[in-house]
Amino acid sequence: MHLEDLAEQAAQYRNEEAHIEREVRVCVAASCQSSGSLPVLEALKSACDTQGAGSCKVKGVGCMGLCSAGPLVAVADKDCALNESVLYRDVTPDDAPDIMASVCGAPVERLRCPTDQPFFSRQQRIVLEHSGLIDPDSLRGYIAVGGYAALVRALTEMTPADVLREVTTSGLRGRGGGGYPTGLKWSTIAKMPPGQKYVVCNADEGDPGAFMDRAVLESDPHRVLEGMAIAAYAVGASKGYVYVRAEYPLAVERLETAIRKAKRAGFLGAKVADTQFAFEIEIRLGAGAFVCGEETALMASIEGLRGQPRPRPPYPAESGLWGCPTLINNVETFANIAPIIREGGDWFASIGTEGSKGTKVFALAGKIKNTGLIEVPMGTSLRDIIEVIGGGIPDGRAFKAVQTGGPSGGCIPEAHLDIPVDYDSLKTLGTIMGSGGLIVMDETSCMVDVARFFMEFCMSESCGKCIPCRAGTWQMHALLDTLTKGRGTRADLALLEDLCDVVRATSLCGLGQTAPNPVLSTLRYFRDEYEAKLLGDA
Amino acid sequence: MTQPPARPPLPSDDKRWKLVNATMRRNGYAGHALIETLHSVQDAFGYLDETSLRFVAASLDLPVSKVFGVATFYHIFMLKPKGRHTCVVCTGTACYIKGAGGLIEGLQEHYGIDPGETTGDDRLSLLTARCVGACGLAPAVVVDGEVLGKQAADTLVATLEELS
Repeated sequence: MHLEDLAEQAAQYRNEEAHIEREVRVCVAASCQSSGSLPVLEALKSACDTQGAGSCKVKGVGCMGLCSAGPLVAVADKDCALNESVLYRDVTPDDAPDIMASVCGAPVERLRCPTDQPFFSRQQRIVLEHSGLIDPDSLRGYIAVGGYAALVRALTEMTPADVLREVTTSGLRGRGGGGYPTGLKWSTIAKMPPGQKYVVCNADEGDPGAFMDRAVLESDPHRVLEGMAIAAYAVGASKGYVYVRAEYPLAVERLETAIRKAKRAGFLGAKVADTQFAFEIEIRLGAGAFVCGEETALMASIEGLRGQPRPRPPYPAESGLWGCPTLINNVETFANIAPIIREGGDWFASIGTEGSKGTKVFALAGKIKNTGLIEVPMGTSLRDIIEVIGGGIPDGRAFKAVQTGGPSGGCIPEAHLDIPVDYDSLKTLGTIMGSGGLIVMDETSCMVDVARFFMEFCMSESCGKCIPCRAGTWQMHALLDTLTKGRGTRADLALLEDLCDVVRATSLCGLGQTAPNPVLSTLRYFRDEYEAKLLGDA
Repeated sequence: MTQPPARPPLPSDDKRWKLVNATMRRNGYAGHALIETLHSVQDAFGYLDETSLRFVAASLDLPVSKVFGVATFYHIFMLKPKGRHTCVVCTGTACYIKGAGGLIEGLQEHYGIDPGETTGDDRLSLLTARCVGACGLAPAVVVDGEVLGKQAADTLVATLEELS
C-alpha cells in the first residue's frame, strides 16, 4: 500500500459523508457513560430520525475533557474543532428534541457550556487531537482524519534509522512518569542483535487520580496501535502486547475492536500495509496490582507470574519478556508518535521547554471547579493550570496544595505554583511529573492525613519481595497513623524521617524508592501541620 | 517425541467450564495465559474456588501452588463468593479528598459489614477499589458493574436498598 492509496481511501470515506453538514457528537467515554450518555445518544438518534435532519449525523465520540459536566454533547459543523462547537452540558434524554431543533437554529441556552472559556481555549491538543471528534470504534473515521498515514509513510518511505532519528530529534520523553528519552530507549533496542523482540504498551494506569491513558484508549485506540506499530518497525520487533487494567472494561473493549479492525484492514498482521513488515498485537489484562506499572513487574505479569519486580540491570531493553529485548512505553508516549512522524521531529521539539518537549495530558481532580482532562504545552505554570484552566477552587475556599505523581509524587504548596511544569522543575520541588494526575486540595485537607493515605496505599500495594518496602511502608504507616491521631512524639517524627531515607535508598523498585515522597514533600512544605499534632514536649 | 500432557476432564458438566476451556485453548494452553484464564473463571463463576484452581493448574500443567500464588497476589481475584449485589467504593485520591471515607462509614453503619465482607443474607458485598478512573465524578462507586458518580452516603444507601 502506498501513501497515495491511503489518501485515496481517506478521501473516499470523507466523500461518502459529503452530504453531512452538521454533526451532533455525544461523548461515549467511560465518565460520560457513567453520567448516562448512552440513553442520550439513543434519544438523539431517534430524534434525528423523526425530525428528519438529513444533513445531520448523530455519533458517539471520545472524551471532550470536561468530565464533571457530563454527559456532554457538541453540535458543530463537520470537521469543526471542539472549541468552535456549541457544547451542551448535563444533557438528559428529554433534551434530545430541543438539541436536534437547535442543529440548524439557535442554541439551547439553558444547557449551554461556553467553549470560549480558558478550559477549552488554553489547550493545545496533540495526543487528544481526535478525541471528541471521531467515533473511537470506527477505523474509517480514523483513516478519514489521516490515521495510519504515519505508519504507511514510515514503512514505505523511511528506514528504521530515519524513524529513530525523527523520534530522537523530537526530544519526546517517556510519559509514564520517568521521563526517559524515548529516542534513546528505542535506539538501545534497535541496536540489539536481530531476533525476537517485543513492544509493550503500559496501560496499567495505577496512580489513583490519573485517567489520561484511559481516555486516550477509549477515545482514539487506533492512535496507540499506530504508534506501537511504528515503534516495532523502528526497533525490529514483530510482536506487541498492550497490558491494560481489568478495571477499564470499556478501554479493553475498544482496544479489542480496534485490533480486530486494524488486522482486517492490513495495518496489523503478517504483511502490514502490503510490506514485508509483520506485527501482531495482543491484549493482556492486569488484575489489580499497582506494582505492575513497574516495567519488570509488568513483564512478569504478562508471563503469567506474580507481578514482582526484579533488579535492573539487565534492563528490559536487553533482557525483557522471556529474556528478549523489549521496548516498554506508556500509552501517551505511543500516542505522540504518529504526529511526530507526520509533522517531523523538529516541529515537536519547537513545543514545550528546553528539557521537556511537546504537550502533556493532565487529569484535573479533587477540589477544583473544572474536573477533567486537559492537554497543555510543557512549561505551562501550575497556577495557569489550576486557577485559569481549572477555574480555581470551588465553594470560596482557599487553595492549599496540589498533588502530582500519585503515590510516588509529592504535594506542591501555593508558594511554588508559578513554576513551569516540566520533568526537571517538578523534581527540584521534591515531586515528579508522574503520569499526569493533578489532585487539588483545599484548606480542609489535612496534609498529615494525606501522607497517611498514600502510605496506606503503598503499604497494601507493596509486593512483599524486598524487606525495606514490605516492612518499611508498614512501619511508616503505623507512625503516620499515630501522628494523625495526635498521639505522636518528636521521637516518632524523627524515626519517620529516618525510615524515609532508608526505604528510599534501599528498596528494590520504584514503588518502594518513591513511597516516602508524599511524606518528605509534606514534611518539607507543611511541617507545621506535623508539629501541631505532636504531643507536648513537656 | 514428547506427548503433550493429558488435559484433565471438566470438573462437572456445568457449561461455564467450556468458556474457561475456550480461553485456555485460544492461548494454546500456555502457562503464561494463567491470568487470562483466572479472569475467565471469575467472569463465569464470580470467584475462584479450590476446584477451579486445581482444574486450571492441571490444564496448564502448572503446580497448584503457583496458581494459588498468582490468584492471591492480585487484588481482583476473589477466593470467596460475592453477594448477589456488589458495591465497590472507589478509594482513589480524588474520591478520598471528596469523601469516600464517609461513604464507607455510611455503609458500615447501615449494613454492619466492613469492606471485603458480605451481608449475612448474601445480598450485598462491600468492596473498595484503588481507583476506577472516574475521578471527574468523585466520589464514585461501582454498583453491580455500573459506575455511579457524585455519591453521598444517604442516597447511596437508598440506591442499594432499591436493588432487588
